[in-house]
Amino acid sequence: MARINLTVDGASVSDDVEPRMLLVQYLREKLGKTGTVIGCDTSNCGACTVHLDGTSVKSCNVLAVQAEGCEVTTIEGLADTVDTDLHQVQESFRECHGLQCGFCTPGMIMQSVDLLKENPHPSEEEIRLGLEGNLCRCTGYHNIVKAVQHAATAAGGAR
Amino acid sequence: MIPAEFDYLAPTSVEEVIAALAEHGDDAKILAGGQSLLPVLRMRLNAPEVVIDLGRIEALRGVRDDGDAIVIGAMTPHSVVGGDPLVAEHALLITKAVEHLADAQVRHRGTFGGALAHADPAGDLGAPALALGAQFVIAGAGGTRTVEADDFFVDLFETAIEDGEVLTEVRIPKHTGWGARYEKFVRVAHQWPIVAIAATVRAEGGTIAEARVGMTNMGSTPLRARAVEAALTGQPATEDAVRAAAAQAADGANPPSDLNGDADYRRHLATVLTRRAVLSAAGA
Repeated sequence: MARINLTVDGASVSDDVEPRMLLVQYLREKLGKTGTVIGCDTSNCGACTVHLDGTSVKSCNVLAVQAEGCEVTTIEGLADTVDTDLHQVQESFRECHGLQCGFCTPGMIMQSVDLLKENPHPSEEEIRLGLEGNLCRCTGYHNIVKAVQHAATAAGGAR
Repeated sequence: MIPAEFDYLAPTSVEEVIAALAEHGDDAKILAGGQSLLPVLRMRLNAPEVVIDLGRIEALRGVRDDGDAIVIGAMTPHSVVGGDPLVAEHALLITKAVEHLADAQVRHRGTFGGALAHADPAGDLGAPALALGAQFVIAGAGGTRTVEADDFFVDLFETAIEDGEVLTEVRIPKHTGWGARYEKFVRVAHQWPIVAIAATVRAEGGTIAEARVGMTNMGSTPLRARAVEAALTGQPATEDAVRAAAAQAADGANPPSDLNGDADYRRHLATVLTRRAVLSAAGA
């Protein structure tokens, strides 16, 4: 077992974990944060995307012990980072119906937030490239792209 | 799936890493960014008894100017390398290759040295490193040694890094003012390249003064297309001249055949992608 101390969605947490425990497992099984989902076994799908010290990562591809001392934001704490009921990107996914079954949505939203932080004025192509690591098996990409454009416009980043 | 059990070490210096490697030998595996290793552990294709995480060694991160070369720390994430102004100014080919490496999340976590030490023949960094004549600084019990790019890639997933050694940094000779293009051929998003060509060119007016061309996934290691480089030297940067030189791209290569395409298809791709990459790198 290894001792880890980190901040998850604004709260300090401390636990003894097996070194082999994945960050996504830690979030779901130890902290009950099941908003972050596991969609694949191969790190392709991006459904488990969270922010680790402010940048997006696939939490199935990070060990919990590697997050020692880090700040993690999940879909469950995203709105709190801007102190609103819903983050603008969440609002835009709802507004544009940027989902069908919804399984990929937590990862899509977390990656979209990261994308807009790095590039507040993305073109459609840049949005599609920025979301390259997130798969939607309902093939609902068009509305997802619209949702990101909607969020950029709402934040004053339209083009 | 969940990895098999292992002991976890998080040293804070290269000396501690070397001591840990000496102690655990073959039972240990080095964890850099983990974007290739963790999937391997999860699928239990490998089950080391000890994992040595380099993530706490600050000295292995960052890009610095060192006279006639830039030096990239082995643990520098792809996203940092891709956005670094020194890299863009002096080794634009690296910037271009990193731009479309895997996906954004993987670029945040994966590292420059980790990807090169992993030596996947379809990895995006080997061909640019080879084309630019990178030097690999490797630390071991006896101190550090430097290995030239031509000698670094030994075989499939095999490099000149010996047991008990660790890659600490990569020196890239400055290619200031050279144009560059990484032409990557994939069928679907964020896939490994079926073939990719890394080309960098020093153009003088409309003439190709010098060219360097590396190839991804055209054999068990990244390859350098030296015949193409020689044929391009002094040529005008025109479609016809570059096409003629690029026709030799696959000479001597032994590309794999798989579900994405057979060896002949890859040989054909290499010539087409070389033409496109060189013309773009030459600004034509």
